[in-house]
Amino acid sequence: MARFSFSRWLGILIKEFIQLRRDRLTFGMIVGIPIIQLMLFGFAINSDPKHLPTAVVMADPGPFSRAWVAAMRNSDYFTIVGSVDERQATALLDRSEVQFVVTFPPGFNRDLVRGKPPTLLVEADATDPMATGGAISVLNKLGAEVFAADLPGLQPPASQLVDLRIHRRYNPEGVTAYNIVPGLMGVILTMTMVLMTGLAMTRERERGTFENLLATPATPLEVMTGKIVPYILIGLIQVTLILLAARWIFDVPMHGNLLLLYGVVLVFICANLTLGITFSSIARNQLQAMQMTFFFFLPSMLLSGFMFPFRGMPEWAQTIGNVLPLTHFLILVRGILLKGNDMNMLWTQIWPILAFMAGILTIGLKTFRRTLD
Amino acid sequence: MDELVIDVTGLNKHFGDKHVVRDLGLQVRKGEIYGFLGPNGSGKTTSIRMLCGLLTPDSGSGTCLGLDVLKDSAAIKRQVGYMTQKFSLWDDLSIVENLDFVARMFGMPDRREAVDRAIDELGLGGRRKQLAGTLSGGWKQRLALASCLLHRPRLLLLDEPTAGVDPKARRDFWEEIHRLSAAGITILVSTHYMDEAERCHRLAYIAYGNLLASGTADEVVANCRLNTWEIAGDGIHGLAERLRQLPGVDLVASFGTALHVSGTDAARLAASLEAMQKETGLAVTPVAPSLEDAFIHLMQHTADPLGS
Repeated sequence: MARFSFSRWLGILIKEFIQLRRDRLTFGMIVGIPIIQLMLFGFAINSDPKHLPTAVVMADPGPFSRAWVAAMRNSDYFTIVGSVDERQATALLDRSEVQFVVTFPPGFNRDLVRGKPPTLLVEADATDPMATGGAISVLNKLGAEVFAADLPGLQPPASQLVDLRIHRRYNPEGVTAYNIVPGLMGVILTMTMVLMTGLAMTRERERGTFENLLATPATPLEVMTGKIVPYILIGLIQVTLILLAARWIFDVPMHGNLLLLYGVVLVFICANLTLGITFSSIARNQLQAMQMTFFFFLPSMLLSGFMFPFRGMPEWAQTIGNVLPLTHFLILVRGILLKGNDMNMLWTQIWPILAFMAGILTIGLKTFRRTLD
Repeated sequence: MDELVIDVTGLNKHFGDKHVVRDLGLQVRKGEIYGFLGPNGSGKTTSIRMLCGLLTPDSGSGTCLGLDVLKDSAAIKRQVGYMTQKFSLWDDLSIVENLDFVARMFGMPDRREAVDRAIDELGLGGRRKQLAGTLSGGWKQRLALASCLLHRPRLLLLDEPTAGVDPKARRDFWEEIHRLSAAGITILVSTHYMDEAERCHRLAYIAYGNLLASGTADEVVANCRLNTWEIAGDGIHGLAERLRQLPGVDLVASFGTALHVSGTDAARLAASLEAMQKETGLAVTPVAPSLEDAFIHLMQHTADPLGS
């Protein structure tokens, strides 16, 4: 066993630092990633979301119902988006445009004054149980605050003045797996699709086989599509496996049309493959392609509503989240599986994915190197 | 009278602010073996890539197999076999899978027969399912050649095909090249080896983007107008440095037990060597300059614009 040489060890250390500095992208990532992630996730992530969009179905306007709505708004947990009728309210919930619908029944104010507790129906979109927890616990305490001032000296305690009925729609038992398992489908697809295609092209370039490929009459379109299609098939197999597991192991309900789900999956896969191909035409080697993938993957996990409630994030973070295909895919998959959404309801979430794809494709085609120039 | 397979003039290529190939003109006749020589980084690979449509020249014009090098790169690719400097077949495909893939890329109608014939000619019948990555250097080179001959190209572009290959394999390779040339295939081959250069029908020497000399080996040597003397004897050790300082000496090259001293100014060189002979008593005899003398002379007279 040779003696440990400090100067040899130092030589290796210095060489490693020099190489690290040469690889600009890696160096940038080492410095940039922690800063960006700290800023992004430190400020963006909030597991106790407030300002949740809430629709009101008001069958009995009056001082007490108005006071109740005002109290909800003041609690900071609810943002009242407007008054609607019952049918509209259901549609808003189905399309994930509101988190809550509060229905004041006819005679709400009268019954309250007479000491006969009126029923107040609160429907919550419980596809993500984490998103609604805080708000619901606030609702339970609201009665006392609202009526203590207006109706002093009440006989029954204020908390029993109103018969508060909370319906956890789509996921009445608050099973986390109902939310996570469909979500994982999007996460796994993002990971494998972007990474696999990213590596597929850079691998050819790194090994020098790309030159051989370019020397044949193969056209860029043939090369690109020929390399993509196998991964589309892989993606579809992954989705099938996850769906089988969701059905037979996790008992996730499947209310919607599975064919429609596969259609949505295909759009999502294509968006991710486009991104992967674009990464691979920018990256000079496999390592860089891998780093770019992770750079994209982390915000996809954290800002899309997969791990933390989307509505808990500040507006700027939601804006970033809305660019990511995964954000929309999560709403789509949960919409189809848990809510039984049909095509008409999905369109609002599909076009942002298509827009993302078009944007990335434009960058990709500009950077794709047809020759070795 | 001879049909020109490659006929280009004024080809230029820049990478960023580096002028890699400068006004390259090249005429290669049908069926000849054309050697392409020059120091590392002189633009040989770039030139070859421009000829087969992998790179687009910044300016210039000309034809390759009668097709426009700027506009018809797709058609050129179909008739050219290009062997890259580095082994660029797929390591994780077997021999037969590699050949089959290449045959498909060229859309060959009789794909199976062509692949089988290529494997038989290689003598690799028993190892057709072996992964290409596990082959030795010599076999990789033979497989690469077989793969670029598969679509029966009329022109072969070989970029340093024998780098890292043992002498026996190199000799076999060149026999094969001459067989192909006899069959009417035109071959442009870049190399660093002098013995290989001498096996070519004609040569071009390129340094730092400029074409410095071209013609047969004898013409290239003659055009340098070098006068070469050989100094032999026991005292030559350590003499080279002194010789370089003498007037008229442009070049001193060591050849084992002898030194080759060359210069373009015959009279001054002779005078210097005569004085040297009187002083040391070594045998000094005039010899014909070799191709290597000529190339080293050419190399010394073109300063590396990227170097010092």
